[in-house]
Amino acid sequence: MGAVPNAKQPMIVIKNLVKQFGRVDAVNGVSLRVEQGKVLVIIGPSGSGKSTVLRCINHLEVPTSGEIWVDGIHLTHNHKDINAIRAEVGMVFQQFNLFPHLTALDNIMLAQRIVRRRNEDEAGRMARKQLERVGIPEKADNYPGQLSGGQQQRVAIARALAMNPKVMLFDEPTSALDPEMIKEVLDVMLELAHEGMTMVVVTHEMGFARNAADEVIFMDKGVIVEQNSPEQFFSSPREERTQTFLNQILR
Amino acid sequence: MAATQSIAKRTSTQSNFVQWLSRLPWWLLFLILAGIILLYQFLTNELYSVILSKLTQGIVTTIFVTLVAFTCAIILGLIAGLGRVSRNRLIFNLATLYVQVIRGLPMLVQIFYVAFVLTPAFFTVLNAIGMALIPVLGETNFMLTSNTQDVTLLARAMIALALAYGGFEAETFRAGIESIGRGQMEAARSLGMSYVQAMRYVILPQAIRRVLPPLGNDFIAMLKDSSLVSVLGVRDITQEARLYVSASFRYPETYNTLAFMYLTMTIILSLGVKWFENRMGKNGRGS
Ligand SMILES: Nc1ncnc2c1ncn2[C@@H]1O[C@H](COP(=O)(O)OP(=O)(O)OP(=O)(O)O)[C@@H](O)[C@H]1O
Ligand SMILES: [Mg+2]
Repeated sequence: MGAVPNAKQPMIVIKNLVKQFGRVDAVNGVSLRVEQGKVLVIIGPSGSGKSTVLRCINHLEVPTSGEIWVDGIHLTHNHKDINAIRAEVGMVFQQFNLFPHLTALDNIMLAQRIVRRRNEDEAGRMARKQLERVGIPEKADNYPGQLSGGQQQRVAIARALAMNPKVMLFDEPTSALDPEMIKEVLDVMLELAHEGMTMVVVTHEMGFARNAADEVIFMDKGVIVEQNSPEQFFSSPREERTQTFLNQILR
Repeated sequence: MAATQSIAKRTSTQSNFVQWLSRLPWWLLFLILAGIILLYQFLTNELYSVILSKLTQGIVTTIFVTLVAFTCAIILGLIAGLGRVSRNRLIFNLATLYVQVIRGLPMLVQIFYVAFVLTPAFFTVLNAIGMALIPVLGETNFMLTSNTQDVTLLARAMIALALAYGGFEAETFRAGIESIGRGQMEAARSLGMSYVQAMRYVILPQAIRRVLPPLGNDFIAMLKDSSLVSVLGVRDITQEARLYVSASFRYPETYNTLAFMYLTMTIILSLGVKWFENRMGKNGRGS
């Protein structure tokens, strides 16, 4: 799947990430790396720290300790750097988080205009191209409230893609969707993976993990319990906890 | 919205006529009737028509004070409201200090305080600065020559009202901003926007839409509170009424007329606010 040769530097490197919320250890020493063009899927029970790891990657959460590099850039508290990195890291949320006061097209254009400083024409063209890519060009002028959940999530993906990100983060992108809409979103994500986008995906969609992942991580209680290829992970997991979890969700 | 729908469902079982009767705005009909009686007085009763023309001399002042003070209050309130949601502790504390002081003082006291304490104090400081700057600016610099009397009581009254309402609007704006889900800020930031950009383009447009109805109500409240400027001798309609009463002792006629004038304005405005709210509710696309 990874179309890009591995001679380049890894896209994401995390070393010993720790994040505490008050007394809660949300993430307790996670290290991982994601090579360019690879897809990493993170699964694990609720509260295991999956979202927190993801949100630390673009500094939506400030790590308690540990270090993170994105495309070779070390994440520090420098605001300029953080905004610059965020523009390179697309993020898709469980709740879509589209801007309800803007049309689909304007949702996709806003950050292009004020962060990428593209002019109206350029941003508009890019927005329409991305809407085409996620399969709903006809919804350009609709407000989020007029779209189905699946369509909203696809607009959210288009909005992130329009920034030309180097990596895409997905936090349970299909968990808030009705079953019949899950596929349309997963299809878009699968296509992205095949096109060579670097992706980190938190999901419970095992079909997606099997088909798209280069690597699967199982997290529990803030640590990585198992890290494996999808084939190994699903057919013969090394850890008993992984087995138990898989039995629960594949039932 | 859901509540009005369920009420509508319940009443649909009653007869149409009862429903129609019960839905009439009786309070408004009553007021219109009272208004018509008063209008008749203005046209036929010489005393009433004299009083009306006297009080009308103050109407421009009342409207002017309301508009100017409210506009300033909105700007102050927006700034202080942003301060109240700021993570910068200094800004947050300054904004909170302002809001708490305003909320803890009667508006009448605030008006006296601004007019007779803060304004003179401001010029004491300004004159001192002017004194210190004589070597630079010369002896006729404006900081030295200006004094408290340069600020009319009208201006002081408007400043006081603006400060008072700015404190209330700060909380309105804060509530509006906080009513926008955390996900909106996160989505904006995740796209690389700065905090200020996210506020400006994502949070505030939604928050302001939500606070428009309460702002409309506060505008009506400001119209009423503008009557307080009469304590400084500013000649709004209330002051005109007080002046007329003190010379003529025609209490009922004068205050009937005064009440009529305020009610006419506030009811028209509140119907406007309601209409606007309904319109927003219908094509509201905010989630
Ligand atoms: N902002 C926060 N404040 C306090 N505690 C938090 C916060 N965010 C997360 N936590 C806690 O950190 C732990 C890990 O949360 P996290 O959201 O990363 O889990 P998750 O694996 O994404 O779970 P889920 O599958 O439910 O989304 C949980 O115990 C959670 O309660
Ligand atoms: Mg989560």
